[in-house]
Amino acid sequence: MSRRDQPVLELGQSSSPGRPRSLQLARRDFLKVLGGGLLVCLTRTSAWTQESGRAFGGHELPKDVSAWLHIAVDGQVKVFTGKVEVGQNIRTSLAQLVAEELKVPFDAITMIMGDTDLTPWDMGTFGSRTTPTMGPQLRIMAAAARETLLDMAAQRWHVDPTTLTAAEGRVIDPQTSRSFTYGGLTRGEKLVKTVSSEESLTPAPEWKIAGTAVPKAEGRDFVTGKHKYPSDITRPEMMFGAVLRPDGFNATLASLDTSAAEKLPGVKVVRDGDFIGLVAPDAFAAQSALAAIQAKWNVPAQPSNQGLFEYLKNNPETGRDDGPQHVSGSVAQAMAGADLKVEEQYTVAYIAHAPLEPRAAVAEWDAGKLTVWTGTQRPFGVRDELAEAFHLSPAQVRVIQPDMGSGYGGKHTGEAAIEAARLAKAAGKPVKVVWTRSEEFTWAYFRPAGLIEITAGARRDGTVVAWQCHNYNSGPAAITTPYNVANQLIQYHAAKSPLRQGSYRGLASTANHFARESHMDGLAHAAGIDPLEFRLKNLADPRLQAVFQAAAAKFGWGRLKSTPERGFGIAGGVDKGGYVATCAEVEIDPDGKRVRIRRIVQAWESGAVVNPDGLRNQLTGAIVQGIGGALFERILFADGRILNPHFAQYRLPRFSDTPQVEVVLLDRKDLPSAGAGETGLVGLAPAVGNAIFAASGIRLRNMPMAPQSGMQGESNTQFRS
Amino acid sequence: MGDFVLNVNGAHVRVNASSEETLLSVLRNRLNLTGTKYGCGEGQCGACTVLLDGRATRSCLVSAESAAHAKIVTIEGLEQDGKLSPVQQAFLDAGAFQCGYCTSGMILSATSLLHERHNPTEEQIVEAMEGNLCRCGTYPRILDAVKRASRSPVQGASR
Repeated sequence: MSRRDQPVLELGQSSSPGRPRSLQLARRDFLKVLGGGLLVCLTRTSAWTQESGRAFGGHELPKDVSAWLHIAVDGQVKVFTGKVEVGQNIRTSLAQLVAEELKVPFDAITMIMGDTDLTPWDMGTFGSRTTPTMGPQLRIMAAAARETLLDMAAQRWHVDPTTLTAAEGRVIDPQTSRSFTYGGLTRGEKLVKTVSSEESLTPAPEWKIAGTAVPKAEGRDFVTGKHKYPSDITRPEMMFGAVLRPDGFNATLASLDTSAAEKLPGVKVVRDGDFIGLVAPDAFAAQSALAAIQAKWNVPAQPSNQGLFEYLKNNPETGRDDGPQHVSGSVAQAMAGADLKVEEQYTVAYIAHAPLEPRAAVAEWDAGKLTVWTGTQRPFGVRDELAEAFHLSPAQVRVIQPDMGSGYGGKHTGEAAIEAARLAKAAGKPVKVVWTRSEEFTWAYFRPAGLIEITAGARRDGTVVAWQCHNYNSGPAAITTPYNVANQLIQYHAAKSPLRQGSYRGLASTANHFARESHMDGLAHAAGIDPLEFRLKNLADPRLQAVFQAAAAKFGWGRLKSTPERGFGIAGGVDKGGYVATCAEVEIDPDGKRVRIRRIVQAWESGAVVNPDGLRNQLTGAIVQGIGGALFERILFADGRILNPHFAQYRLPRFSDTPQVEVVLLDRKDLPSAGAGETGLVGLAPAVGNAIFAASGIRLRNMPMAPQSGMQGESNTQFRS
Repeated sequence: MGDFVLNVNGAHVRVNASSEETLLSVLRNRLNLTGTKYGCGEGQCGACTVLLDGRATRSCLVSAESAAHAKIVTIEGLEQDGKLSPVQQAFLDAGAFQCGYCTSGMILSATSLLHERHNPTEEQIVEAMEGNLCRCGTYPRILDAVKRASRSPVQGASR
């Protein structure tokens, strides 16, 4: 194995002729703060190119290193990764994987995450990529560190390293029972090792720390209020900022009078082009001063909820329509010969991420260097946004991401960071900006709304023979069908969105699964075949079959018969390496048509489970979050304004909306671990819709399916929740 | 601006703030008690919940000055001599959080509930906690944590 050929290097030595400069820079930056011990750097291999090597622009960090790990003399291990913790529990699960391979106790590990001066470049934490990409990288690095320590001990004892074992942070010689602690082996020297090869990793069936229900790292700090979220950060002499928002999207300023605000003690108004903000000595004064600014805006006419889906269909984003996503056979011919034909339209509304912690940032300038603490899923992306905004080199900007009050795909951007930095620059002091809830609802971005049109045909025996799907604007994720259909035409059409839209937990997978699994249910009923049986008949993927069967068995599918008051539905799918099947029981009040979700059983498989407790928590959360988009969440807008930018008007799932939830985990220790942050959400809406159909015979094809009535811009719905 | 004294977590602290400034703003921005969270500023999410004389109160909806005569307990005041309160311990044991941003408010709402009712039913817990949002969707575990705490023999001793 090539690791045996790579020497342990003294500080300052060149490790690899091809890239000495970057690694020397790494040492200069890191070893000075880390002290003695062993630093292991994982260099890029082709497998990680897409994740860690892209768009790195000659900064102070070595571009070919995706993670590093330091073992101190006292045995404490620091692991450095650009990934961030937002509640998905990777601070814990990644540390478990490192502890497993390094053979140290879980508590010996500290994860240093999302700090652009300390951690390697990383594209961001999204797309359920941490577990399948960063997980293996950290495992390889930890395994290499372990092997290095075994080699060091072997050299010290003049024995064959293969006769030694590693456990509990020690190298042990079983022949003599002598041992070295990892820290002791380094003798306080500053040692560097680079790794680029595949290491032999501990197979999941042999895991002792990974694969177990380790509690959340630093969990105590979350029940005592000690954990500092981005909005909790304070700096000496810090001032508070506020930003004047336009009256609507695409508005232009007609008139501005800041004189009253400027008379308030300690308040400084900052105008920089279109940006109008202020700083004040305290948060209350900042909001009071903002309220004292008189501004008039011209807001142009803009699309609204009314006619939105027509608008999306008729306003393609030119240059982004890449033709059919997937074509096989002839849909037209197959439809002509099909016994059963179902053609329907499905829609999903714009929805908000609504992280409980809104965007927040604290910015501080010191001798030309800008440091910003902020909540973001892309600290390096925000660093680059800041560098561009202030004409700095990325090396002059440091972004630090304290574990934040979540994001769900909604915090990819650095708006608050730029605002705080701009105000701090003008004030000459550190400045904190925390968005209000209404700002978060209005000036962030939304999960895309979309229209999905499906035409499908089946034979009388239930074999689906034709599948045509056009998706307008909601996105291409999971747009292809996992069912065996000979004739397909599946296409995504990018549209000009009236609202700013972007990433979201599950993103288009939610919409595409809602449409596909509702449509499959419609076909099953048209064929007179049980919906589960119908799906299994058209499925060849054994992993998807397995979750359907597991969910159905736990739920009692087949024994349960729907009535007008109680419906049972099933749905499932696969995306991003996660397989999901969801069974829903809904209760319908026959008079008021009020829908309540009473029970959800969800089966899940994403390869080897890293932390079953964290995974259950995350999947339960996905189900509960999914209830909002399924039944009642939607953004209403008109004339460039959001009409419901408050929790009183934008309903989120609450305790009383929460059904009994049972999660069935299929732990496939023979398969690599995939991410589980998103796909757990996609089965809920179609399962609920199918259950409503089973009870009422009414097919609901628009998400949300049962929103509150009486709001402007909202179409009438037959059910309420 | 007015000068007044707040009784926070058993200590008397002098505050100089506008009579309109909320208790939430004073706790977070003047007293650096950042365990109390801003979520909406409109009493809709419960993240800012504190105890005023033992009762769960949205600190974003009351002025600090109006709380000057009450005993205020924030999340930082529940731990006693390094020992977590029964509700805190139950949340930790149940793993009843994901991002944790709602946790302070959840714990204080639950503490207030269990102060009033020693053995609440699930319906009573849901009713009492309905104003607290968890966007991560951790409600089933939070319910479990509140039930665990209600079974704790020392729960009556919590403040």
